[in-house]
Amino acid sequence: MEHIVIIGNGISGVTTARHIRKLSDKKITIISAETDYFFSRTALMYIYMGHMKFEHTQPYENWFWKKNNIELKRAYVSKIDSVNKQLYFENNDTLSYDKLVIATGSKPNKFGWPGQDLKGVMGMYHKQDLETLEAYAPNNNVCKRAVIVGGGLIGIELAEMLNSRNIPVTFLVREHSFWGSVLPKGESEMINRHIKNHHIDLRLGVNLQEIKADDNGKVKSVIIPETGEEIACDIVGLTAGVSPNIDFIKDSGIEISRGVKVNRYLETNVEDVYAVGDCAEQHEGINGRRPIEAVWYTGRMMGETLAQTICGNRTQYNPGHWFNSAKFLDIEYQTYGWVFTKPGENEAHFHWKHEDDTKCITVCYDTTTNLFLGINTFGIRMRHDVFDRWLTEKKTVDFVMDKLSEANFDPEFYKTYEAAILTAYKNQLQTV
Amino acid sequence: MSNKLNHSMSLAKPDAQDISKKQKIALATGIVGLFILTLALLNIDLPNTTVFLALSLSLITLGTVVYSRDAYLTKLEGIKNDGVWFKSISSRGFWGWTLGVVLTAFYIVLYFFSDLLGLGQGVDGTNTGLIALFDPLSQLLSGRNASQWFVYGTLYTVAIAAFGYKFILKYRHNRYQQLRTISVIFFQLGFAYLIPEFMYVMNSDIPYYDLKSVWPLNYYLFQDYHLGEFLNAGNIGIALIIFGILSTLVITPILTYKYGKRWYCSWVCGCGGLAETAGDAFRQLSSKKMSAWKLERWLIHTVLVFSVIMTVAVVSTFLKGSWQDGTFVEATYWLSNKTFLISIGLFLTLIFVGVMLFKKNELGKDARYGAIGYALVILSLFIIYFTGTNGGDIFFINSGTLKSAYGFYIGSIFSGVIGTGFYPILGNRSWCRFGCPMAAILGFQQRMLSKFRITTNGGQCISCGNCSNSCEMGIDVRAYAQKGENIVRSSCVGCGVCSAVCPRGVLKLENGALEGRINPTEVLLGNDVDLMNLVNKK
Repeated sequence: MEHIVIIGNGISGVTTARHIRKLSDKKITIISAETDYFFSRTALMYIYMGHMKFEHTQPYENWFWKKNNIELKRAYVSKIDSVNKQLYFENNDTLSYDKLVIATGSKPNKFGWPGQDLKGVMGMYHKQDLETLEAYAPNNNVCKRAVIVGGGLIGIELAEMLNSRNIPVTFLVREHSFWGSVLPKGESEMINRHIKNHHIDLRLGVNLQEIKADDNGKVKSVIIPETGEEIACDIVGLTAGVSPNIDFIKDSGIEISRGVKVNRYLETNVEDVYAVGDCAEQHEGINGRRPIEAVWYTGRMMGETLAQTICGNRTQYNPGHWFNSAKFLDIEYQTYGWVFTKPGENEAHFHWKHEDDTKCITVCYDTTTNLFLGINTFGIRMRHDVFDRWLTEKKTVDFVMDKLSEANFDPEFYKTYEAAILTAYKNQLQTV
Repeated sequence: MSNKLNHSMSLAKPDAQDISKKQKIALATGIVGLFILTLALLNIDLPNTTVFLALSLSLITLGTVVYSRDAYLTKLEGIKNDGVWFKSISSRGFWGWTLGVVLTAFYIVLYFFSDLLGLGQGVDGTNTGLIALFDPLSQLLSGRNASQWFVYGTLYTVAIAAFGYKFILKYRHNRYQQLRTISVIFFQLGFAYLIPEFMYVMNSDIPYYDLKSVWPLNYYLFQDYHLGEFLNAGNIGIALIIFGILSTLVITPILTYKYGKRWYCSWVCGCGGLAETAGDAFRQLSSKKMSAWKLERWLIHTVLVFSVIMTVAVVSTFLKGSWQDGTFVEATYWLSNKTFLISIGLFLTLIFVGVMLFKKNELGKDARYGAIGYALVILSLFIIYFTGTNGGDIFFINSGTLKSAYGFYIGSIFSGVIGTGFYPILGNRSWCRFGCPMAAILGFQQRMLSKFRITTNGGQCISCGNCSNSCEMGIDVRAYAQKGENIVRSSCVGCGVCSAVCPRGVLKLENGALEGRINPTEVLLGNDVDLMNLVNKK
């Protein structure tokens, strides 16, 4: 019986395993150094905030794996011998495979800052990061202030976590507005204000020069180069993005660049070795996507696809219309299609913001064809299937604005804003 | 304020600032209110019961209101679950167990030792103790002295109103939550509490009837003494019997078809009302294990079968007649015992055949259990007919025994002692989930024939588990959401909290077309269209 070995028990690896099991009775082993069982990484924050316990972040009960005949192995892979199809573990054990799936995810970026490896400096990605945070920042007596470096999705989640325990937070963002490299200005600025409303000390347009240590080799303060200011703190969260977690693959003969290089079939240059999820790097981005997509959803889609290939139905990874979501403190965000920070050539943005400063949308469209290209929505839930269909059917922006209420996904009895949005949209057209 | 349990060994807790100063004052206020009740319970003579009762209830309410305002209005609108798994009371810690024991003890005394509360313990059978404290209010509302049920009803109503206010503040960004909370407060205060008292004032022959309480939750509605009292109360009594039958057979099915069982369970029902308000802090404690779900299905349907058989047996005995002065007088109602039993049998057969013919797929593997339940009830109809004696015996035991067994085990122990007393241990809906026969019937219809479902928003789920964690009915909501499947479960009471806490906007409670309501998927929206079709159409 063919033995499929998957390194990594995150969403990509587990989805691959589940789908292989649905399609075949191949022997499946999932290896993880992080945890015994699959858990939802995106839910780590809720453990620290006390909304859930760790066990609640595990989507399947522990009996699930045995019942589905999926073997779980807790070990750290130190080397891949792709010629003899063998894995070497840190404790010198070995395991042979017939097909290998690399799904090792990401690790937090560190950009060579002085002091980046001190005690009390951490990312927020692995379960172990959470344990470190719990040790260094259990409450606001032990941790008088936290500094977060990097204004993206993980940074704001870490800020929310610390805020839930009333630990003062200074949030350093290199861009001139929060997540300014992704969000249009109006949205990003609304989130800036929302962050400040939560009493988080948001510093825009600043970098990290160095992290200073106390006598015990623990974080004492950070220095901001722009102002020369020294901020005393007990922990530093490094949340300036993530990159593929593939150090152990070097010298294995598997081609890597920033991530593990794969073709559209998620195959590497070595036969019977595949990569999915955050750690996989396409030779070129698909339909405007980045070559590396460190997103929950794409990890899952790659898993769904690769299982087909491994089970004999060779299938291209072919993601549909882009979608994503996040939550910035109390404001939910969803996106469908493409909306970039600024409209591209022959493109325009329509932006609407509610007066309460917690809801807004940005619609991107083509000014020559009037085609609807994408939408960002904040504080208003919208239907994935409706936008997916509209994008496929190439609807015009007028059509979308007119029918926007069909896409509304807010709970019943919520106030609706489609009429106000449509009015604003029509007014804008008149003034242009 | 730190929500994290402090494991320091220091005697002076280094961060003793779990709650604000205002909240401490509010807590003290509420506890003084409870203390007055305790004094009364201990039979300490309070000079002016009217003043002390008013003082006690106002202090409890005021304490809850001030505490809630400080807890929620000092923060921005949003999900307020910080620290629920750290706090002792809401995570089965010391205070959780303490509260559980106190509540359980209260229910045992209430149901089985009402004399300890002072019922009829004074001279000439007047009340003393806690019950006497409530006499002035009862006199005001209906001109009679209080009973233990009046005391219970008053405290129950105060709890729903005060904690309902807290819940409304907690979800002040969510109109669905606010409206349904206002609704349960209204139905509790009006239908369960005030209207029955006023009905008594108008016509003292009418037995207590909470109009919103539907059989079989209201299991005593069709019991012999109750039917007798209704019939003695004249036309109004007959009208109430007819309303009771219509509630079960007409009103309930129509509303459940249109809105799912939530119209009742989380908008109207008193048990649900208490669970959603005073019990809100315990919703995360319900077990989401597969094994708990299996137990649930066995238990709740067993209770349903038991309650149907019990009710049929009691009504059958009633329709036969009664003993008067040593002779058995056959009853002369327009409905004979035989006709009654036959029509029940036909009705159940109609439902059974209908489901088997048209809803076989929805029923799936549970068809076998449905058939067993149906066979059991039909069999017992025959036994009731053939073994029923004029003495009221059926199954060779007295139908009165059956009735009191149901009242004792289900009505008191299950719904009260375990159902509410164990809030801080098993979660706030354990009665609704494991025991309520009404929930079983509504749930059966919700699964088979209703427009209600929780829609999953395409491929947006991140499997975080907030939905499952906050489901008071123990549904593993995430198991469906992460597969892109709608949630169509008989136990769902439609409280809407899973949808509220979802950080990615994935869940929406909806009433929509029957087609596509149950939508099993393997590959989620967002992936290759061909692949989705290939896998999902299989």
